[in-house]
Amino acid sequence: MRVLIMAKEGNQTEAAAPPTADAMAEYQKFDQELVKAGVVLESGRLHPSSQGKRVRFDGKKRTVIDGPFAETKELVAGYWLWQVRSIDEALEWLKRAPYDGGTFEIREVVEFEGV
Amino acid sequence: MHRAIEAIWRIESARLIAGLARVVGDIGTAEELAQDALVAALEQWPAEGVPERPGAWLMGTAKHRAIDLVRRRKTLERKHEEIGRDIERAQEGLDLDTVTDEEVGDDLLRLIFTACHPVLSRDARVALTLRVLGGLTTEEIARAFLIPVSTIAQRIVRAKRTLAEAHVGFDVPGGAERVARLSSVLEVIYLIFNEGYSATAGKDWVRPALCEEALRLGRILVQLTPTEPEVQGVVALMEIQASRLGARVGPSGEPVLLLDQDRARWDRLLIRRGLAALERAERLGGSLGPYALQAAIAACHARATTAGETDWPRIVALYDAVAQLAPSPVVELNRAVAVGMAFGPAAGLDLVDALVDELSFKSYHLLPAVRGDLLRKLGRLEEARAEFERAASLTENMPERDLLKTRAAECTADRIAG
Repeated sequence: MRVLIMAKEGNQTEAAAPPTADAMAEYQKFDQELVKAGVVLESGRLHPSSQGKRVRFDGKKRTVIDGPFAETKELVAGYWLWQVRSIDEALEWLKRAPYDGGTFEIREVVEFEGV
Repeated sequence: MHRAIEAIWRIESARLIAGLARVVGDIGTAEELAQDALVAALEQWPAEGVPERPGAWLMGTAKHRAIDLVRRRKTLERKHEEIGRDIERAQEGLDLDTVTDEEVGDDLLRLIFTACHPVLSRDARVALTLRVLGGLTTEEIARAFLIPVSTIAQRIVRAKRTLAEAHVGFDVPGGAERVARLSSVLEVIYLIFNEGYSATAGKDWVRPALCEEALRLGRILVQLTPTEPEVQGVVALMEIQASRLGARVGPSGEPVLLLDQDRARWDRLLIRRGLAALERAERLGGSLGPYALQAAIAACHARATTAGETDWPRIVALYDAVAQLAPSPVVELNRAVAVGMAFGPAAGLDLVDALVDELSFKSYHLLPAVRGDLLRKLGRLEEARAEFERAASLTENMPERDLLKTRAAECTADRIAG
């Protein structure tokens, strides 16, 4: 199955300061381990929400809202797309990630309808 | 808890078995030691909780028994002077804090090469690879291949015995032998993929789980051997073919053939990954091998936004190249299909007719299926119908049989209408 990991890094999501070199090295080591295990399909990081936009739909009306967005805890800072055999496998991998804060969300991607 | 342990096993087992095999010298013993560690985990973790580093825990548990084994063997062989040295080597080799990523990678590569050793039958290689590298249980492998559990269990036991009796070393050979052994590895991975992609038997037309297992093995191998063009080639081929899995099956589970597929349902991510792997294969230099060439053919389809835009002459040229490198009746048949598309059904039919007497095709349903298709395009509907009927009687896959019967019925309808 394919799962999307959304990294909600809390305060770090909107931090102006980039992560330290040590933190980056730790993260890259972990990411590399996932790649070697054939798990990562794709990954990416997002710019702070101050550069983001939102479009709100209400019937025919569209309202554009400029960032930054307030609900810091819910903001996604980065994502992974993983190919795993089960949600449990995704959990086991995710628990090994070198983070000391934030909430990471695992969601299964719908695929193979009709198979 | 049980499911968490299962997931950890899937993540850790290959590395565990690979490390142990280096120390004890054979993968049969290594796998048993690893299994014992799993049993210990199943006994202890539910009460004590999952350790912080479950991989290190499993290795630590297996290590003690591996060292005992080394000691006992040397004592039996009366090679006392070697005991100390060997045990020290085993201690260091299995310490996850001192083993480098590179060493773990080397062990994994040895494990892949050994499980796919040509001394084993194809079936044995497939079962053993899924077991020791995929971390699948015997039951899971049996279910995937619709084969009785006892048959798979026997295959694995025999495979381990064959490896031991043939004194197959736990290593990656160099030179010409490496090329031959690598091609055996690629064959196993692609066989697993293909059984998922065009199931030879059963009620499902595709079994995506097998494709995913094969892709995972391919993606692991490509990281271990980044400069092998054919590894990139087989991964490219699988990624691009897998991109069509969702479009290959209709709403009631019926097969949808390539040219009839809704291309909007092709997985763009997998196509992109496949094309990138193909590009790496091309960049690595030399002429493309059979897998990379087949990936290039798959890429022709992937790049065409509609079936009508397919570059058939290029596909014919690529099949010519495959036929030179790895000639086989199946390649000739595929080439005939491409020729039929590029230069008209009569040209395709000439080539197919030349294959009719091929011995290996006697019970191969795709020959009459292709022939039926070309005859139908030429308006020879009664002959076409007979070929589709024959093809239907030859396949063991039920959705495919239904599709072929529908085609036969369409020929009859066309004839009445015409």
